[in-house]
Amino acid sequence: MRFGVVVFPGSNCDHDAWFAVRQNLGQQAEFVWHDSERLGNLDAIILPGGFSYGDYLRCGAIAKFSPVMRAVKKFAADGGLVLGICNGFQILVEASLLPGALLRNRGLKFICRELRLRTETTDSPFTGAAEKGQLLRVPIAHGEGCYIADERTLDELEAEDRVVFRYLDNPNGSERDIAGILNRERNVMGMMPHPERASDPLMGSTDGLVVFRSMVSALALQL
Amino acid sequence: MTTITPDLIATHQLTEAEYDKIVRILGREPSYTELGIFSVMWSEHCSYKSSRLHLRKLPTRGKYVVQGPGENAGIVDIGSGYVAAFKIESHNHPSFIEPFQGAATGVGGILRDIFTMGARPIAVMDALRFGHIDDPGNGRRNRRILEGVVSGIAHYGNCFGVPTVGGECVFESCYNGNPLVNVFALGVAKRNEIFYARAAGIGNPVIYVGAKTGRDGIHGASMASAEFTEESKQKRPNVQVGDPFLEKLLLEACLEAMQTGAIVGIQDMGAAGLTCSTCEMGSRGGTGIEIELDRVPQRESGMSPYEIMLSESQERMLLVAEKGRESEIVRVFKKWGLDAVTVGSVTPDGLLRVKHHGETVAEIPNQQLADSAPLYDRPHTLPPRTAPIEGPEFASKDLVGDLERLLASGDVCSKRWIWEQYDYQVRTNTLAGPGADAAILRLKETGESLAMALDGNARYCYLSPREGTRLIVAECCRNLAVAGAEPVGATNNLNFGNPERPEVMAQLVESIEGMAEACRHFDVPITGGNVSLYNETLGEGIWPTPVIGVVGRIKTAAPVTITFKSPDREILLVGGLGRCDLRRFGGTQYAKVVLKDLWGLSPELDLDYEKRAQAAVRDIVRAGLAESAHDLSDGGLAVALAECSFGGVGCSVDLAQALGGVTELRPEFLLFHEGPSRVLISTAQAEKVEAIASRYNVESPRIGVTTKDRLRIRRGGDTLIDVGVLQLRDIWEQALEKLLEHGHV
Repeated sequence: MRFGVVVFPGSNCDHDAWFAVRQNLGQQAEFVWHDSERLGNLDAIILPGGFSYGDYLRCGAIAKFSPVMRAVKKFAADGGLVLGICNGFQILVEASLLPGALLRNRGLKFICRELRLRTETTDSPFTGAAEKGQLLRVPIAHGEGCYIADERTLDELEAEDRVVFRYLDNPNGSERDIAGILNRERNVMGMMPHPERASDPLMGSTDGLVVFRSMVSALALQL
Repeated sequence: MTTITPDLIATHQLTEAEYDKIVRILGREPSYTELGIFSVMWSEHCSYKSSRLHLRKLPTRGKYVVQGPGENAGIVDIGSGYVAAFKIESHNHPSFIEPFQGAATGVGGILRDIFTMGARPIAVMDALRFGHIDDPGNGRRNRRILEGVVSGIAHYGNCFGVPTVGGECVFESCYNGNPLVNVFALGVAKRNEIFYARAAGIGNPVIYVGAKTGRDGIHGASMASAEFTEESKQKRPNVQVGDPFLEKLLLEACLEAMQTGAIVGIQDMGAAGLTCSTCEMGSRGGTGIEIELDRVPQRESGMSPYEIMLSESQERMLLVAEKGRESEIVRVFKKWGLDAVTVGSVTPDGLLRVKHHGETVAEIPNQQLADSAPLYDRPHTLPPRTAPIEGPEFASKDLVGDLERLLASGDVCSKRWIWEQYDYQVRTNTLAGPGADAAILRLKETGESLAMALDGNARYCYLSPREGTRLIVAECCRNLAVAGAEPVGATNNLNFGNPERPEVMAQLVESIEGMAEACRHFDVPITGGNVSLYNETLGEGIWPTPVIGVVGRIKTAAPVTITFKSPDREILLVGGLGRCDLRRFGGTQYAKVVLKDLWGLSPELDLDYEKRAQAAVRDIVRAGLAESAHDLSDGGLAVALAECSFGGVGCSVDLAQALGGVTELRPEFLLFHEGPSRVLISTAQAEKVEAIASRYNVESPRIGVTTKDRLRIRRGGDTLIDVGVLQLRDIWEQALEKLLEHGHV
């Protein structure tokens, strides 16, 4: 499988995602520059963590206007798998590929911490290889990860089984402990925690690998 | 044109003799711009005029050293064709005036020092010192400074994408008006792709890249070279404003531009900005540099040559390119959305020539400007002691209570509140991060790892600058030994008061000599560093505060951590119980926290024994025998045992046997003395651990076993400590947050 990792000016987890896919997963990965208008022959797209465009204005608010995001939108509309991690999640929300918004953490401080997530659905190409209810140890590292949406949207997310991960100990004030969600078509996922940081035994946890493994399995089925 | 008056010379902090030297060098009176240029280059901060003479005593060579002091950072060989570039820098004065930006730009400055050498930064550590945050008078301000500094470091490092992996945070009253912010950074490069700050090749273009120049930070270097007074707050405009996003772009653009092969030399614009980068590059290359200020990208209109040359605007670099290949470089910087403008060229005449609107506004011999700065052998005489040599009589009524107070004290308590604000994992190399004795970073490039630690202890150095500094070097190396690492190089940050006072100068000299002795003994060369003097506010100086950062190499493996892993393991105290008497107890945390006192001498260090103990520990850890390992430092044995228990597995320790017949160690000393050369190891293979220790002729008494969930320490039939582990852990974990919220625990 060929994963594309988008590099915005200010992305800083791009290499980590690339490394997890290449070294820990054993799949192909390449970088996609932010002003690329075409994605080329890729099977999945990762929007990595970092501070795209310095997070000026609002996290992800400028990235959504970059040329590559037009291509990503088209890729998603055609059913391609798009995974947004941390800043990538923020960009997906700003680009309206996912509903809701991400605000500053309730404690107003950046938090870097390993914590536990509960897998809420396995009916997705990002968690197909996981068990429902499976607990994952995955770190977070963000200042603006408090997920909010209006009640109707939140109810809809729950009703449609689109909440993928929930925090066991909510670190940032997210509504209903939400850590990751899907779009309606279930081919776009955004999550604040960093699965690429939990993909290598040396880093203390390999629980994040299940996300990438699920993507590979889902793609294999498509082919 | 501004006339040079004695007053003007004085406000530039130049002495009459220094001014006369300028006139001799130029063969005429300087222009206003030239006066400004000399004043920053000859400031204490840039010229090390008070310390240079003594810094020469430090060992700077070793089998791993590729580049010693004198460049932007020191470089050591780390194998497989790779090198590590690392250095520490202070940003003390700016952090007091404006904590957030002061600390943020401190991080930015040291990161540029690293990547200007072609090395990608992979780790940052910070040594922070503040006044007490529970001080009734200054506590509120000290808390505000701490919060600002921490969020400034987080802001810059997190956005830039470098993990902040360790450091220390200490509180003493002497930092009330003068906090210390020392930032260490380390980067990795290929050995054959190191870049130096040298201007070579006559006619080669000099290219300015990065942020535009504004009026911020003018005379920052001179500010850092003077004491604080009531007026210092008005110097807030002297503090620069950082933009980590721009720095991240600058990093990527520089590393990519270096790959073109068109860059001859490169230097960041840090202290003294354009002035320092031009004259130092010319001086190192034995060349001249001519620049036209009209071409310098400017953020504000109407800037004078003086302002442009002295601006300390952040995120700027100066590079020399091969003539004819400018476009290759410009293309890379354009890709990253950055300015790259040719502002001048390398000349054969050895002069720094600055033009403005075509007119020459400064013309100074590079070599003399950079290297002929005044050199002072300032008088240094140790003053009569201010701390008493003999300590008070005391006897504890509640050893558990004492331990709890220590664990809740600012120096000893968990610093989680601080380090959770730092992204300590980005780049996915952090095998051991904040809270560990040493940070460990794996190198994806080589398959090896690097361990690094940062240490200081001003209490010891106040009591005895020479011995205290030796202890710091020992502790830093010991932290590396606990990680199984062999030290390969070190960097130092010397934070002292006003060197024009003989007693402060004496502290500096003693400290440097102690450092030199210990570094030689442990075979750890100093590859660079920073000297920060004039750390005084309203005539009140800080305690002598040398900080040292040591880097070592190890094989990549899951690290041995501090906490006990499972019950029923033997606990060995490699190095033994150590020695202590009342005098040697006066600098301990117990004396500070429980007795609120300070007296006597620093703990006693036997360099030879320390080295053997470290070698033994290194071998034990490398042999995979240690399930946990933790070095004894602040708070001594009891605090170390408590910290080892915070994973939830406790211990039952009996010190009677280890003591043998020795009874002079009273319980307070036994539990809380801070004698060096000691490491706690828990193991399932005690005999093998003992065999290694005895091979080095190092004591390794078995002092107890790991248990379920209590911390029990006794001496024969005498129970000294018996308390639940979780109760202790809560105190230790929550103390800093409570101190910050309420001003008390």
